[in-house]
Amino acid sequence: MNLTRFKIGASLLAVAVSSGTAQADKLTYYCSAQEDWCQLMARSFEEATGINVNMTRKSSGETFAQIRAEASNPKGDVWWGGTGDPHLQAAEEGLTEEYMSPMRGELHDWAISQAESAGNRTIGIYSGALGYGYNTDLVAANNLPEPGCWNDLLKPEYKGHVQMANPNSSGTAYTTLASMVQIFGEDGGFDFMKGLHANINQYTKSGSAPIKAAGRGENTIGIVFMHDAVKQAVSGFPIKVVAPCEGTGYEIGSMSIIAGARNMEEAKRFYDWALTAEAQNLALQVNAFQVPSNKNAETSPSAPDMSMIKLIDYDFAKYGSSDERKRLLQKWDEEVSTLPQ
Amino acid sequence: MRRVNPAAEAHPALVFWIAAGWVGYLLLPWYGIEDGFFRFEWLIDGYPFDEEYAPAVFLIAQGEKLWLAPLLLPLAAPLFVVRSRKTDPEFATVLTIAGALGFAWLIAQGFGIGIRGFNFSWLTALFGDLGDRQFGMGYGALILASSFLFLFTQGIAARGAINGDVFVVSAIGGVIVIVATFVFFPIGRTFLAAFITDTGGYSLAVFASKFFDDRLWGLGCLWGARCGAAWNSLFLAIIVGATTTSLGLSFALVVSRSGFRFKRGLRMLTVLPIITPPFVIGLALILLFGLSGTVTVLFAEVFGTQPTRWLYGLPGVLIAQTLAYTPIAFLVLIGVVEGVSPSMEEAAQTLRANTWQTFRTVSLPLMRPGLANAFLLGFIESMADFGNPLVLGGNFDVLSTEIFFAIVGAQYDQGRAAVLAMVLLFFTLSAFYVQRMWLGRKGYTTVTGKGDAGVHPLMPRRLAVPVMVVAGIWGAFTVTVYGMIVYGSFVELWGVRNTLTLKHYITAFSIRFNEHGLHWSGSAWDSFWTTIQIAAVAAPLTAAVGLITAYLLTRQTFAGKNAFEFGTMLSFAIPGTVIGVSYILAFNVPPIEITGTGIILVVSFIFRNMPVGVRAGIASMSQLDKSLDESSLTLGANSWQTFRRVILPLLRPAILAALVFSFVRAMTAISAVIFLVSAEYDMATSYIIGRVENNDYGLAIAYSTTLIFVMLAAVALLNRLVGRIQIGRRAHFATGA
Repeated sequence: MNLTRFKIGASLLAVAVSSGTAQADKLTYYCSAQEDWCQLMARSFEEATGINVNMTRKSSGETFAQIRAEASNPKGDVWWGGTGDPHLQAAEEGLTEEYMSPMRGELHDWAISQAESAGNRTIGIYSGALGYGYNTDLVAANNLPEPGCWNDLLKPEYKGHVQMANPNSSGTAYTTLASMVQIFGEDGGFDFMKGLHANINQYTKSGSAPIKAAGRGENTIGIVFMHDAVKQAVSGFPIKVVAPCEGTGYEIGSMSIIAGARNMEEAKRFYDWALTAEAQNLALQVNAFQVPSNKNAETSPSAPDMSMIKLIDYDFAKYGSSDERKRLLQKWDEEVSTLPQ
Repeated sequence: MRRVNPAAEAHPALVFWIAAGWVGYLLLPWYGIEDGFFRFEWLIDGYPFDEEYAPAVFLIAQGEKLWLAPLLLPLAAPLFVVRSRKTDPEFATVLTIAGALGFAWLIAQGFGIGIRGFNFSWLTALFGDLGDRQFGMGYGALILASSFLFLFTQGIAARGAINGDVFVVSAIGGVIVIVATFVFFPIGRTFLAAFITDTGGYSLAVFASKFFDDRLWGLGCLWGARCGAAWNSLFLAIIVGATTTSLGLSFALVVSRSGFRFKRGLRMLTVLPIITPPFVIGLALILLFGLSGTVTVLFAEVFGTQPTRWLYGLPGVLIAQTLAYTPIAFLVLIGVVEGVSPSMEEAAQTLRANTWQTFRTVSLPLMRPGLANAFLLGFIESMADFGNPLVLGGNFDVLSTEIFFAIVGAQYDQGRAAVLAMVLLFFTLSAFYVQRMWLGRKGYTTVTGKGDAGVHPLMPRRLAVPVMVVAGIWGAFTVTVYGMIVYGSFVELWGVRNTLTLKHYITAFSIRFNEHGLHWSGSAWDSFWTTIQIAAVAAPLTAAVGLITAYLLTRQTFAGKNAFEFGTMLSFAIPGTVIGVSYILAFNVPPIEITGTGIILVVSFIFRNMPVGVRAGIASMSQLDKSLDESSLTLGANSWQTFRRVILPLLRPAILAALVFSFVRAMTAISAVIFLVSAEYDMATSYIIGRVENNDYGLAIAYSTTLIFVMLAAVALLNRLVGRIQIGRRAHFATGA
């Protein structure tokens, strides 16, 4: 054995080893909100607690697929953000952990009822109402009337001007379908979807794509969550946001602790922290226009004013269950999507 | 002369692998280290007695993990035959049996015992509750497994398989095992999902109900409604394959057989689209041809027409894919077009054929392997492409996006995704067999060991004119699209506020100097360095695996060669989304537990991109005459030396193609990556997508532009390093040199 070489190797190893620091507390954090919000939440939690955060951002559908795939050997600890349905679904499949946060007293009722409908395996962190936005330039250029209600969208002059996501691929569009069924009744809701189908120029894959296309001038009216439309307007695109006159459904962005989390204590600390007013106020820094679930948290002045919006009493337990979802989607597939346009 | 004394020779390869096996068993930690593969904190943290870091033998000595004990037997057995002759039947038998048994036991215990004790209820029923568990395999297990594998292949070789060639048998064994581990195993696992019922049982009816679906096979487009995704995909892929192949051939001809002056520029142009991150081409096309696109608006003003959404659907996807995949066809074809021996063409001309006849009857038929491979790659790429249909697809549904949204969309239907993936796979494999039938058993060898100092003739005029025109138009189009992209990275808000700014670059790539020295403060640096690192590790490995496989496929004959070839193509034909989910399902649990690491990214890139190395290698190697190998073998070289000294140097274009492609792909791939990135290993593309979703087009495009320039530099560097092929021709028309 070459002794010098051995010595060099040994000293290199010693250096490598000593540079590794002592094991600190850590948290693996799956985030399904927008990138900068996720980053800000992670960094702020690190600052507040000294716990190292490993953050991965993926859409709620992707995260749900991943948590499901990892079920027998969970890698993540806490899942924050994204529309409520996949969180409810995860709760239904036992992929997430039951937890009663001491912060509950400070939350709005809708956040608590979201938790209760999932056996306390998830909780509401923000909410956003469904609506639509339109490109003012294109409406003017095509001499179209300005829409204000859901039923306006059925007018023949909007033919080829409306976009929504495909409910099979997007939670936003499924919320739209479920809201229409709740506003107009099942038959009326499907009649509405059929009428709308005639005016749709494209069913996009992703939920917020219709309003992004409208922002770029590639589409006139996009049916989306209103905070997504506000974001386009604030970014400088010629978008006007509409809260439909008949009333509308909404989503509850949720948070869950993953069952079998490796850092359960840290996950719970994050959970409690994320429900505080100061953590929820971080949304203001990143142009997130959802309504926070903590009663004391501030809402952005640009955000849609929830008191002015007619919200329906959305039944999350019923329309979030996988059976009802499958039934509605199948019905939509068979009765609506096959119609000629 | 070298004298060989077989009796005293302790076969070095054999000794090496036996020693490696013992090292793996006695010295290295048996299980995976949670901190990461390349962290060595375990050395001072309780090694070798701590259960997490202990080598197998220490575990057994402490009375734990006793199921590892039987491995000692096959580990010890080869020691008895180290000194016997290779021809001794005992030698072969002992090695074969020891290797096979050891390997089999290793696999069996890995799958049988997991993190919750026995993995199968019948094992619990048989032996009772285990009361113990194990995590993923680590260094020790990995090295021992390799040791068993190569002992086994040496045993097989000693029995006389493939003329007793240890290198070839080991290479075949190695490739089979890694392909089985990283392709068949995860994909097989996913495909099973197609048969799983809601209650967890297996049923063919489930498969049938998902398979015979109007959304898949509907033929509505024949009478004005919409066609199923399967037909759409097939139709699109055929057009894309044909278009990219003919464009690629045009470029290859212009570069190698014309007096065209700006060849280098054209070369660069054809490489551009391949190094473009996803979504960027789509966005640029929308800004040019979309409803409010520059060209559309201009056209509408000039001709007084109403702007339409014509781009969304088949036309848009077709344009984007043709832009993106023509370079692949070019890379495959340029090697072949340059490789066609001029002697043949000169012979034809000596026999009074005119240039057109020579081209049609000699040059073109000799390019058939290249054409077929280029078409196949275009077809498969189009089938598996995900980014372009997502942005430009409109209501034109294709299989790859349907698969993605079956998994992540509101349906959460993995079974449907599996069925769609099977349909897609069926198409690509059919294309593969059609290609093989078309090539048939003819020979396309023109590079032989004999003197071959000719010059390629110029293209015949009636071909040159259209080819130059096509190349010119396409070049101008590409320049426009890329001009738009670069411009887009410098404006405030693309398409809305067109004031010039540098702010996107500053946000992404700012650097600060503070008291601690250099500080990479830009938001993109983390993912940028990770991406470079992963791509740099993956590229040489991909090229190596790909070329060795190509060598085995073209130069060796062995039982099951067709199945072998099929296996190596499989991972390419499957959309990345399916690979991504399969990898999570398969490698999140022992025995191989690598999710959340950089390794899983590297591995997925190797097996996603290896087929390109294989195809390029096959296309080039089928032009090299076997007499070259034979003369090398006759002169006493073994097959490894022949591969290293004769084949490899002649394969430089193929090596370059494989290296470039895998490096670039590792930097631009998205569909599999979405599922495999983790907090520590975030990749550039997933960062870009996050930005696009968040409306930060400027930042996304600035990042993409930077990546484009980084990749250009990398491609140029690789070109330098690998060097260009020199096939002893007069330098007149040979490019580069």
